[in-house]
Amino acid sequence: MPKVTIDGVTVEVEAGTTILNAARKIGGDVVPPAMCYYSKLKGSGGKCRVCLVEISKGSDANPNPMPKLQASCCTPIMDGMEVKNMTSAKVQDMRKGVVEFLLMNHPLDCPICDQAGECDLQNLGYNYGVEGTRYKEERRTFDKIDIGDKIQLHMTRCILCYRCTYVADQLTDNRVHGVVNRGDAAEISTYIQNAVTNEMSGNMIDVCPVGALTDKTFRFKSRVWFLKPFDAHRDCKTCSGKVTAWMFGNEIYRITARKDAYHEVENDENGNPAFICNTCRFDTKDVKQWTIEGPRKMENWSVINQGKYMKGKEKVIIDGDIRLQLGRAEDRKKISMNGTNTLEQTLSDGQ
Amino acid sequence: MADFKSLSLSGRKKDVSDKDMTFMEKLYLPAIAKGMGITLRHFFKPKVTIQYPEQKREFSPIFRGRHILMRDENGAERCTACGLCALSCPAEAITMTSSERKKGEEHLYREEKYADTYEINMLRCIFCGLCEEACPKEAIFLTQDMAPADYKREGFIYGKEKLVMKMEDIKSNTK
Repeated sequence: MPKVTIDGVTVEVEAGTTILNAARKIGGDVVPPAMCYYSKLKGSGGKCRVCLVEISKGSDANPNPMPKLQASCCTPIMDGMEVKNMTSAKVQDMRKGVVEFLLMNHPLDCPICDQAGECDLQNLGYNYGVEGTRYKEERRTFDKIDIGDKIQLHMTRCILCYRCTYVADQLTDNRVHGVVNRGDAAEISTYIQNAVTNEMSGNMIDVCPVGALTDKTFRFKSRVWFLKPFDAHRDCKTCSGKVTAWMFGNEIYRITARKDAYHEVENDENGNPAFICNTCRFDTKDVKQWTIEGPRKMENWSVINQGKYMKGKEKVIIDGDIRLQLGRAEDRKKISMNGTNTLEQTLSDGQ
Repeated sequence: MADFKSLSLSGRKKDVSDKDMTFMEKLYLPAIAKGMGITLRHFFKPKVTIQYPEQKREFSPIFRGRHILMRDENGAERCTACGLCALSCPAEAITMTSSERKKGEEHLYREEKYADTYEINMLRCIFCGLCEEACPKEAIFLTQDMAPADYKREGFIYGKEKLVMKMEDIKSNTK
C-alpha cells in the first residue's frame, strides 16, 4: 500500500485515498479543516478551499513539489508523497485569507443565529481568522425563505458548500432544490418556491456547516450551550432511530443526528451513515418516545460543555483519619499502636 | 537567640497575668473618666457615617452596581438574547428566553430576536461585570446604583421590568 507523510507522520493507506482522508486516519492537529467536504456524501468537496495543503514532494517517482497548494479533499495520494499542513507557513497564511473570503459575505449575526456554538465557520474563524474585517462594501442580502414548514433557509449565511444539494441528490428521491444563478448571485433555492417535503430532507440541517439551514421547530428556542445533549434511540421504520436529543430539564428542545469529531453524521452498526428521518427529527419531541442512553460527550473545547459538571463515578475514600490513628510504620514497630495490621488491612476492615 | 516564650511572630503577643488590682484600679473611676474623654473627643471629629439613601457617597467611575438593559436612541431594546452574558456569568445568575420579533415591533426591539424574559438573580450575582464585557450588542451595563435591599427573596430576582432602561432616560443617555 502507498505511504504518505503528513506533517512528518507517515501513514499507509489504500491507493486512491485523498490526502484529507489519509490525514483523518492519523487524526489530531494534522487534519486540515473542511467546510464543504463531507465523507458521507459522494462528490462533495473542492469548493471551499479551506483544506488546501502544501505538497512538498509529489511522490517517490517524481519528487518535485507541486507548484501550488492543493485541495486535500480531492487530491489522491501518491506513494512517498510528503504533505505539509500545520508545519507550512504558506498554508497557514492562505487559510487566514480563505477564512476572510468566506466571512466576506457572511453576516455578523452569530448572536441571533441558532447554529452559534456548533458552527464550523465560527470554529474556523476562531482558529485561523483575524479579528477585524477589511471588507467595506455592502454584503449580499437575501430574504429568509421557508423550505417546507420545518426548515428555514437564511441565504445570507450560506457559504455555497453544496452539501445540502448532495443530500437532496443522494438521500431523497424527488429533488426539488439546488443552486441557481452564478457567481456572487448564486443561491440555494427550491424549484418555484416548492416545498421540500421528503422524509430525509431534514438532514440538510445537520449537513449545513453554517446556520443557513436551520430547524424551524427549534428556531430561537434556546442556545445550544444551554442544552444538554443525550444519546437516544427509538424504533423507527424509515431510519436508524439513533439520535442526539438536546434537552433542557425534562424537555427535548431538538433532535439531531449523532455527529463525530469532524461534525459528520456517525455510522450506525452496519457501517452506513445514520441519517435520521423527519419524523424523528421534528415530530417526536416527547421524552417518553425515546430511550435515553446517556450524556453525549462533546469535544473538550466545545462551548456546549459549559456548565455541565460530570461527576466521577469512583467512590472517594478519605483515609486520613485512619492513617492518623495508625501512625507511621516505624513507630508502630516500636510502640505497637494497632497490633501488626497493615494500612490496607485496616482500610478493608473499616469498610 | 531570643527567649522562646517572649517570641512573637505577629508582634502583637501580650502576656496575660492575673495579678491583683490596686486600690485605684478597683475604684474604676479613672478608667471611666478616660473612656468618657475618648467619647467626648469624637464629638469634635468629622463624622464617618452618612445618611444613606438620602446622602450618597461618590463612587469610583468604574464602580459596578446593579444592571441595566439598554435601549438605543430610538427606544428599541438592544438585547438580542444571544446568551453570552449567561454563558460568561461565573455565578450562573442570568437566565433568559428568546422570541422572534413580529412585524410592527421594529420600534421595540432592535434585532430579529429579542429577550422574551430576562432574569438576573441578584442574590447570586457577584457584580464581576463579565456580562457587560461579553455582550456583543452593548445591551447590558452595570450602573452606579446599588441593588437595594428587600424583605423577600423574590424581590431580588430582577426581571425585565426592573432591568430595562426607562423610556424617559433615553434622551439623557444619547447626549
